[in-house]
Amino acid sequence: METLINGIVFLGGAGLLFGLGLSYVARKFATPLNPIEESLIKILPGANCGACGFPGCGAYAESLAVGQSEPGRCPVISPEVNKDISKILGKEIFETGRKTAVIFCGGGLNCKDKFSYDGIYDCAIASNYFGGEKECEWGCLAFGTCSKVCAFGAITWEKGKVPVIDIDKCTACGLCVKACPKKIIHLQKCQFNFHIMCSSRDKGARVRQICKPGCIGCGICVKICPKNDIMMENNLASMKYNVCDNCGFCEQKCPTKSIVKNKKFES
Amino acid sequence: MNFLNLFSIFLGALLINNIILMRFIGLCSFFGVSDRLKNSFGMSAAVFFVMTLATIVSWPVYQFVLKPLNVEFLRTVSFILIIASLVQLVEIFMKKYFKHLYRALGIYLPLITTNCAILAVAFLNIDYKYTILEAIVYTWGVAAGYTLAIILFASVRERLVLAPIPKFIEGYPVVLFTAAMMSIAFMGFTGLFGIR
Repeated sequence: METLINGIVFLGGAGLLFGLGLSYVARKFATPLNPIEESLIKILPGANCGACGFPGCGAYAESLAVGQSEPGRCPVISPEVNKDISKILGKEIFETGRKTAVIFCGGGLNCKDKFSYDGIYDCAIASNYFGGEKECEWGCLAFGTCSKVCAFGAITWEKGKVPVIDIDKCTACGLCVKACPKKIIHLQKCQFNFHIMCSSRDKGARVRQICKPGCIGCGICVKICPKNDIMMENNLASMKYNVCDNCGFCEQKCPTKSIVKNKKFES
Repeated sequence: MNFLNLFSIFLGALLINNIILMRFIGLCSFFGVSDRLKNSFGMSAAVFFVMTLATIVSWPVYQFVLKPLNVEFLRTVSFILIIASLVQLVEIFMKKYFKHLYRALGIYLPLITTNCAILAVAFLNIDYKYTILEAIVYTWGVAAGYTLAIILFASVRERLVLAPIPKFIEGYPVVLFTAAMMSIAFMGFTGLFGIR
């Protein structure tokens, strides 16, 4: 009986003492949080996923509040919340650094086949047989492996066609980039709307034979770009994505219609 | 002689009864934080700090409070209570007055308030009937053993990231294999100097 009472008294007393002591100390020695940081913590999702590069939402908020990082690094929150963050920080609305995956191929049904492939429907497997059934060494095999690995349902794929990436759903996680055996998926900033949908390094004459929308390396876009943001290398024009202001001249002048306007990201 | 005794306690805790690789205690933080060398340094520092604190507090509480009151069976719950509140207390002070230290230990300090390794050390100190001095030396030995294990492991894991690993054991499986091999290597220390 004595043991029981001793135990109850000791444990209850210690618990009460520590509880009261801690609450007193916590109030007395409270470190006032930066008010900006506090309001940021409320807005941020609190998932502590670490996608922004910080250990958690708190660390990101702290770094934002002292101006060491820029808004728009959190891929979880919606663009509106990103705007709110910019407002709280008193910065002008920040062009979100959001990225999306882009498949740099316009081939699909327009690209001729080398042979008829009748194996397992998977890009990685198909590419092991003579580089896949497409005539174009660099072209999309259109077996939709990227749409299968996408965890966000952002890639839709129809048989034989190049998969389409939904720019709103894409979180730029990079799974499809890794999965693509042809290495033609790249992450690009959403602010750039125009993409040269071809990865072929073949000479123009051959591209013209095998793929209708392929880049033939004519160089018109390089000459016409007012910002000088397109370069030509190995018979392939490609955007530098530095200063492009989405004027769209290149799209209009491209003779093979390889340059395509992406759906605009609603931000 | 006394010094030699302390030394053998330290070495025994460091190598022969390494808390992670031989006793398999504190594995959750061992696997969770060892992905980068920098993180494992922070974690080891926090473990060192909290373990020392826990020993300094729990040993007198057991000897001078629990034992006279004849309530030794309450040691688990009372140690958890005491260590957790103490770490919280220290954290509040540290946040206020030692901002740099707080940042260096970071998230790991609250994370390990009653980590199993910490609690195990508090119990083992009592089970082995150590004096307070021996208990502190033992605690440092354990903390050093934890540091040794996690830093060795983190160095291996950093290289594992770049290694060509078969797809079916990618990720945690290969990490567990590695830990098992390290554990086997540490078993080589068993019986060294005839220390417990």
